Amino acid sequence: MKRLMLFLPLVLALAVGVFLAAGIGNDPTELESARVGKPVPEFSLESLHQPGEMLDQSVFQGEVSLLNVWGEWCPACWDEHEYLMWLANDKGVRIIGLNYKDQRENAFRFLGRLGDPYQTIIFDPRGSLGFDLGVYGAPETFVIDAQGVVRYRHVGVVNERVWEEILLPVVNQARGNS
Amino acid sequence: MRFIPVVLAALLALALPAHADSPEFYDFDTRAEEQRFRNLIAELRCPKCQNQNIADSNAPISKDMRDQVYLMMQAGATNDEIVGSLVDRFGEFVKYKPPVDRRTIILWAFPAIAVFGGLLIVAGVVLRSRRRGSDEPALSPEEKARVEQMLSDKDPSSRS
Amino acid sequence: MYPELGQLALIIGLLLAVLLATVPLAGAMTGRDSLQAFARPLSAGMFVFTGLSFAVLTHAFMVDDFSVAYVANNSNSMLPWYYKFSAVWGGHEGSLLLWILMLAGWTLAVAIFSRKLPSVMVSQVLSVMGMICVGFFLFIIITSNPFERILPNIPADGRDLNPLLQDIGLILHPPMLYMGYVGFSVAFAFAIAALINGKLDAAWARWSRPWTTVAWSFLTLGIALGSWWAYYELGWGGWWFWDPVENASLLPWLSGTALMHSLAVTEKRGVFKSWTVLLAIVTFSLSLLGAFLVRSGVLTSVHSFANDPERGTFLLALLGITVVCSLTLYAFRAPVVHVRSRYGTLSRETFLLLNNVLLVAATLLVALGTLYPLVLDYLNMGMLSIGEPFYNATFSPLAVAAGLLLGAGIFSRWKKTDGGWMGRKLLWPLAVSILVTAAVMLNYGGFAPWAFAGVFAAAWVTLATVWDLWDKSASRKGRWHGLKRQSRSYYGMVLGHLGMAMVMAGATVVSNYGIARDVRMVPGGSADVGDYTVVFNYIGERQGPNFTAQYGEFDVFLDGRQVASLHPEKRNYPVGMSVMTEADIDAGFFRDVFVAIGERISDEAWAIRLQYKPLVRWLWLGSLIMAIGGFLAIADKRYRIRVKAKAAASSGENAQPVGAKPSEAGT
Repeated sequence: MKRLMLFLPLVLALAVGVFLAAGIGNDPTELESARVGKPVPEFSLESLHQPGEMLDQSVFQGEVSLLNVWGEWCPACWDEHEYLMWLANDKGVRIIGLNYKDQRENAFRFLGRLGDPYQTIIFDPRGSLGFDLGVYGAPETFVIDAQGVVRYRHVGVVNERVWEEILLPVVNQARGNS
Repeated sequence: MRFIPVVLAALLALALPAHADSPEFYDFDTRAEEQRFRNLIAELRCPKCQNQNIADSNAPISKDMRDQVYLMMQAGATNDEIVGSLVDRFGEFVKYKPPVDRRTIILWAFPAIAVFGGLLIVAGVVLRSRRRGSDEPALSPEEKARVEQMLSDKDPSSRS
Repeated sequence: MYPELGQLALIIGLLLAVLLATVPLAGAMTGRDSLQAFARPLSAGMFVFTGLSFAVLTHAFMVDDFSVAYVANNSNSMLPWYYKFSAVWGGHEGSLLLWILMLAGWTLAVAIFSRKLPSVMVSQVLSVMGMICVGFFLFIIITSNPFERILPNIPADGRDLNPLLQDIGLILHPPMLYMGYVGFSVAFAFAIAALINGKLDAAWARWSRPWTTVAWSFLTLGIALGSWWAYYELGWGGWWFWDPVENASLLPWLSGTALMHSLAVTEKRGVFKSWTVLLAIVTFSLSLLGAFLVRSGVLTSVHSFANDPERGTFLLALLGITVVCSLTLYAFRAPVVHVRSRYGTLSRETFLLLNNVLLVAATLLVALGTLYPLVLDYLNMGMLSIGEPFYNATFSPLAVAAGLLLGAGIFSRWKKTDGGWMGRKLLWPLAVSILVTAAVMLNYGGFAPWAFAGVFAAAWVTLATVWDLWDKSASRKGRWHGLKRQSRSYYGMVLGHLGMAMVMAGATVVSNYGIARDVRMVPGGSADVGDYTVVFNYIGERQGPNFTAQYGEFDVFLDGRQVASLHPEKRNYPVGMSVMTEADIDAGFFRDVFVAIGERISDEAWAIRLQYKPLVRWLWLGSLIMAIGGFLAIADKRYRIRVKAKAAASSGENAQPVGAKPSEAGT
């Protein structure tokens, strides 16, 4: 019995090893969102293109969409934009933009250079909607279903791997339900 | 001509940053409130940083979170409401104090478990040693003699 | 050309390590002295080539050889020479080379200072150390080569050392820390050797003890330096954050403290052998775990080196092999036969056993808190943060309990202590502790339960220690004679415990009674913090060697009298494009007054951080005293006794090592 007890440290160490091994390669800065399963928070913000035209959470009703949080100041947003263009134009994905903590002129410059994949762009210069959504950096992309409920939040760029492996399954599931 | 100053004033107004609500500095009425703010921001974690609380972090999101804490304090919210509003948006991750629930009960109870378990072990060891009958000499007679010889020139008042 | 020599030296070092890991061990297994005799020369050779490699890297830094990638990433031509030197270990690859250098150094030290040990034992110990070296040589050569070159496009200048690291802290902290981490490999090697040859006895404990104590002392210094450095460097007045990397250094310290005490019991009384061996294995494993956590990116930390899965995997494999092999050996070979020795309920054995329980509980607590987020994430139960509030609630009671136990335990005797006698001895320290604690509470402005507990425990330990010293130094030939008669080992213990009490007192008081304020100040204005008034005189600009700075002048007043003039700065480092806050501190034995410049609020006004930190220096002074205690203990003359040629006497079978004093007062 006593001899068996001596194996306890080994067993514990192996268990710890499993957890450590699982942690390798994970990005510890990617957090899961606290807004999943909840509706997009109420907001009333201007559209980027039409100053004075107010947008609110009803803009998400009716169709599953991606909400892409971006800013001209964010280098990774420049990297992912080409793929977003492809998603919007070639795959017909509805993407709504959230221009986060940015200035209008800079945002227009960005879109002028790289193109505009967004059906609508919400202008959030103070980041208030971003804050309510739990955005902590750009780029981030949300999957919102046709009832305006948040289904998923991805931190980081959207590229082919992210779309195929992570976002598309969620989008399909959201479409299946609506 | 007379409307030039008006136009200038309007242009000036447009040029000001729209961050009217973001306080540059957090003023408090009492020291107690000041301390309460400091305690709150020390216990909240910046979601973006490499393990810093929002008091020490310079990240923009930390500033936003500090603003939220400050504004809610000014509006009379309780600590629970303030922390709750941030957890609602950013998740449990932003609290440095883990919740006490099914997942973390082992964690919180651990000191008590460990000490209690340890005391049981110690009690077991001590009792077992007491039950083991008379003490057998650890040294053989030859070894004992050698020890005596070594001890003979030492200060007699040294004790064990 | 030279960097390639450095790489070659590492490869030769690896080869020597492989030989060291195998040849002497084979000699020990087969009883062939000729093979065993290779142990010492191989150790020396391994150290020489590691040193050579380190020298080559250092040279590359000193001459600004930016063709070496590591130099280009961590240095700059404008960097002052002493920071160029410490930049050698400013990044992952170089710090790993420092680690290996220390490992080779400790191996050589064991080889040199083990003349009295049986050669079989020495061979086994050095072989185990050789095995550890093999693992690390492979790691550095395969995944983290510091000598990689950027050819043919040699950068014109380097990316500069992170300004946070351009400080004396970097010069001192990692070397001390590594000396500690790596030093525990010696205790580990002794434990493995004892498990292999089955001779787990008091003699083994006696040989292991000085090595363990020295490693522990270095680790104590290393941790204290890290805390002190963070305190003045980061500008926020914090001295411990329970960050995963900080915890990673605390784990082997807690376990190492338990090991030190357990070795004492095994040496003196021949009991707790299984525990001691396990602690030796666990402590070094925790050192390796620490290395893994810092370099793998598995846990988020301000201190971690860059996240690299390949390195993480390699290190985990290294850690895994070491831990699994040693714990398996332990499970099969550790003694289960009870030593025939009795001890009473209030014996010193029992107190030390309880002490170890608390220390192991603390170790497991910190390990649990550090790794728990990882476990929950793996089980998809969410992402939680575990930080200071948790540890304050859970670690503090353990620390206080350990302190209370320590004070009482000082009066315990081996085998049996009379309860009544002990109780009477403790009355006086109890009474005075309560008075002292009450006085401290009054002085700092109020009762708080944890403050009381912490200060009481610190006072309790101090008074019990001093009372015991007073008791023991009573002598017919006078007090001075009585004091001189105590061994260095005893004084080492005294200092160790007093240092511990000082740390507890400092931690308790600064946590409970420290005041931090962010105030809006304009030049000419003033603000107060605690009893002190700080006047903001002016703000100006100056030029440093590789930065420009805005600096302010602040005068500090107490009761109307000026006590200090402080000049905190905000520095701009153009090369790294970073801004650093350099606080200025009026340091004192009983308190620090701390001023740092925050953000500019308007044209005139600045956000200034003021802090009043009572007894904060006691944290590091106490740690220094603890470490001195450790070094003193190993200077005890029993470790310098020459064993006569009678080989039989040193065969290690005796419960009483020849020549040693059979009992040292209190240790």
